Amino acid sequence: MSKPEKLIADGVRLDGRKPDELRPIKIKVGVLNRADGSCYFEFGGNKVIAAVYGPREVHPRHMQKSTSAVVRYRYNMASFSVEERKRPGPDRRSIEVSKVSREALEPVIFQEYFPRSAIDIFVEILQADAGTRTAGINAASIALADAGIPMKSLVSSCAVGKIDDTLVLDLNKDEDNYGQADMPIAMTPEGNITLLQMDGHLSRDEFREALEMAKKGCTAIYEMQKSALMEKYSSQIEGDNNE
Amino acid sequence: MDKKLVIPGDFLSDEVKLAEEGTYVEEGRVYSSVFGIASLKNHIRVVPLSGKYIPRPGDLVIGTVTEVAFSNWIVDIRSPYEGLLHISEFPRRIESTEMSRFIKTGDSIMTIVKDVDSRMKVELTLSDQRTRIIKEGRIVEVTPSKVPRLIGRGGSMIAMLKNETKCNIFIGQNGRVWISGKDKGMDLAVRAVLKIERETHISGLTERISGFLKEEKGEKPKEKDPEVTEEGKEETEFKETMEEVPESTEEEKAQEEKQGGILDELLGDDR
Repeated sequence: MSKPEKLIADGVRLDGRKPDELRPIKIKVGVLNRADGSCYFEFGGNKVIAAVYGPREVHPRHMQKSTSAVVRYRYNMASFSVEERKRPGPDRRSIEVSKVSREALEPVIFQEYFPRSAIDIFVEILQADAGTRTAGINAASIALADAGIPMKSLVSSCAVGKIDDTLVLDLNKDEDNYGQADMPIAMTPEGNITLLQMDGHLSRDEFREALEMAKKGCTAIYEMQKSALMEKYSSQIEGDNNE
Repeated sequence: MDKKLVIPGDFLSDEVKLAEEGTYVEEGRVYSSVFGIASLKNHIRVVPLSGKYIPRPGDLVIGTVTEVAFSNWIVDIRSPYEGLLHISEFPRRIESTEMSRFIKTGDSIMTIVKDVDSRMKVELTLSDQRTRIIKEGRIVEVTPSKVPRLIGRGGSMIAMLKNETKCNIFIGQNGRVWISGKDKGMDLAVRAVLKIERETHISGLTERISGFLKEEKGEKPKEKDPEVTEEGKEETEFKETMEEVPESTEEEKAQEEKQGGILDELLGDDR
């Protein structure tokens, strides 16, 4: 697709969304049997699976920390996830995304509870449509909770960007390719930011406004993450007190 | 209701002093640290719905020997940390050269966590009446956090299981369940245990399991065919020593003390 004449007209975007509207989200918890925790996450055109293993023994041994767990995050795009075949294996981009995503989740995990162990997070992008790292972080934080790993809170993530001089929430592929700025953000429900990257340019005021938009977006995502987890055990909880 | 499903970060209470496992305190407020079921009565704690077993001193666990090292057996206890059973923790003095004559790689043992240090070095022991080497029966695995529900209030659930299936059932804190008895009983017990694991969070568990057991047994009329299989032979031998094992865990200990314990069993094997 070549650059469209306009990315936003009369407050309506190419895909019919309003500037502050998220793409539809679908979440399923516990989709993998072998993993300790897992999650399937659909974020518009993004389709992502996250799997969490651990805490488990660290291999190779020299990676282990004697006072806390090591968190390892592997972001990987399937070769069929994008239009043009993606060459399989880690590349510069996926190594970076893995690093920043890991750092987005580490602050909420109680790593010191599990010395000399590893918590492995695998995120596979099955279909990509701009914002895969945010989708990956959303999925991974649900998978961590599903694995029973102690955390301060979940982490929610979405992007804000600028297209045709207008700030918009959650860019899609075309907006990302032809827009002026893209800023993925991850935060806890209390609003502590654990990831912030920016590609393009925003003025100081735009940045402030963008942050507010992202906050609203993350809050909306947090509610969906929460209800997805609750849904896994939707049946009535044991009422009597068994000790 | 005093029980509810919570996710990490959910606010639980302002009563910091009552905060227990599965919670964390920040700025005088108690939050959940895991995805699980919170109880707010008397104490604030959250029982996770999944998670790995983290060893604690005094826990009775069921482990599988993965390696016989010099003077240590290395035991998989279904945790991120391996268990070490030192030769001196064997109930009898043995030479390190003949360690694998007594316990070899692949053998399962019921053992007790003697000590866990800050680096999570886990020491196990067999010098306790409750411990033994497992020679027959089956081992099923459940989520470790569900072990209390499997035992039930005052051992009620496990007592019912034992009664209805006519099997001996031992539950390790690490979520391994050792079932031993007749084939049919074991089949039923395994299915019941797995059903309990799946349905722990749904109310009326005990009644449902009781109904399930009755129904399953009702389908097939009670048979008392002595199956002469290899397992059958072992079984009879086993019964002599184990018949009297009562239902509740506390009594179990007392009773077992009267019985031979591990040493006799081992010597019997060795003779």
